Amino acid sequence: MAEKTIEDKTREIIVEQLGVNPEQVTPNARFIEDLGADSLDTVELVMAFEEEFGVEVPDEEAEKLLTVGDVVRYVEEKQTS
Amino acid sequence: MLKGKRGVVFGVANKRSIAWAIAKAWHEAGARLAFTYQGERIKENVEDLVGAFGKDTPLYPCDVTSDEQIRGVFEHVGKDFDEKLHLLLHSVAYAPKEALEGDFLSTSREAFRVAHDVSAYSLLGLAREAAPLMTEGGSIIAMTYYGSEKVVPHYNVMGVAKASLEATVRYLAYDLGPKKIRVNAISAGPVNTLAARGIAGFTSMLKHYEEHAPMKRNIEPRELGETGIFLASDFSTAITGEVLHVDCGYHIMGM
Repeated sequence: MAEKTIEDKTREIIVEQLGVNPEQVTPNARFIEDLGADSLDTVELVMAFEEEFGVEVPDEEAEKLLTVGDVVRYVEEKQTS
Repeated sequence: MLKGKRGVVFGVANKRSIAWAIAKAWHEAGARLAFTYQGERIKENVEDLVGAFGKDTPLYPCDVTSDEQIRGVFEHVGKDFDEKLHLLLHSVAYAPKEALEGDFLSTSREAFRVAHDVSAYSLLGLAREAAPLMTEGGSIIAMTYYGSEKVVPHYNVMGVAKASLEATVRYLAYDLGPKKIRVNAISAGPVNTLAARGIAGFTSMLKHYEEHAPMKRNIEPRELGETGIFLASDFSTAITGEVLHVDCGYHIMGM
């Protein structure tokens, strides 16, 4: 089996944290508007991404991560730099 | 080290909570614990966590701004633990988010009141109900932060509330000393918790500590657990009214 991609892992974290169906977690899905996250969820998600991917997401960057795709792009960029 | 001791823990929100780090350490050291949580929002989280200590681990909702709810919790805890309690952990603080951004000068009367009620008065409220159960002596521990002593930008009203909390620790230590109940605070270096992330610029705080603390690193939650065991144990029976810094030495620096 192929290794899990950043997108796979990101989606898993979101499904777990927000209790949504995997099908809802599309690249353009917005955490708050589409997936029903509240302000605590968004902080918990950021912390879960940091832990999973070993990256640090400062507040000013976290504010820009509004969709699933934003997170995947951010992590990919951080991990290759 | 804590075999036979019974404790109640206030302030677990999730696995990253400082309260959880200390509770785990207390549990591993042999203490029997009860837990409370604030608000339905985190109920499920906390239920899952404390379930790890056994299905029958007592867990009660408690809004620490309600004397009635505090009284209720300690009535239950008394029954759960045969009217005997030895340990109390207070790891509860709150200020409205807007008060933790921008300048201190803008703090509203209401934000000031709420911050002090939830973060400082609550210790007094809990201690008053816990003390009658601590008939064999006890140890009460509150979590604080250096922003109470020195200015930490953005910590704002929370720093003022923590100063109040630390003074509350001292006055309680005086009142409860004759009953062999010790009251201390742990002043922890920054830890990446849900609550901490509410402080503007928190991630840069972690970096600052890493660069400037004598030990050139941040603390581990596990180290708070170990200090928590020490202050709860019979290895610290003459320590009360103290604010113990667990911060890799950061607080000794002048620049």
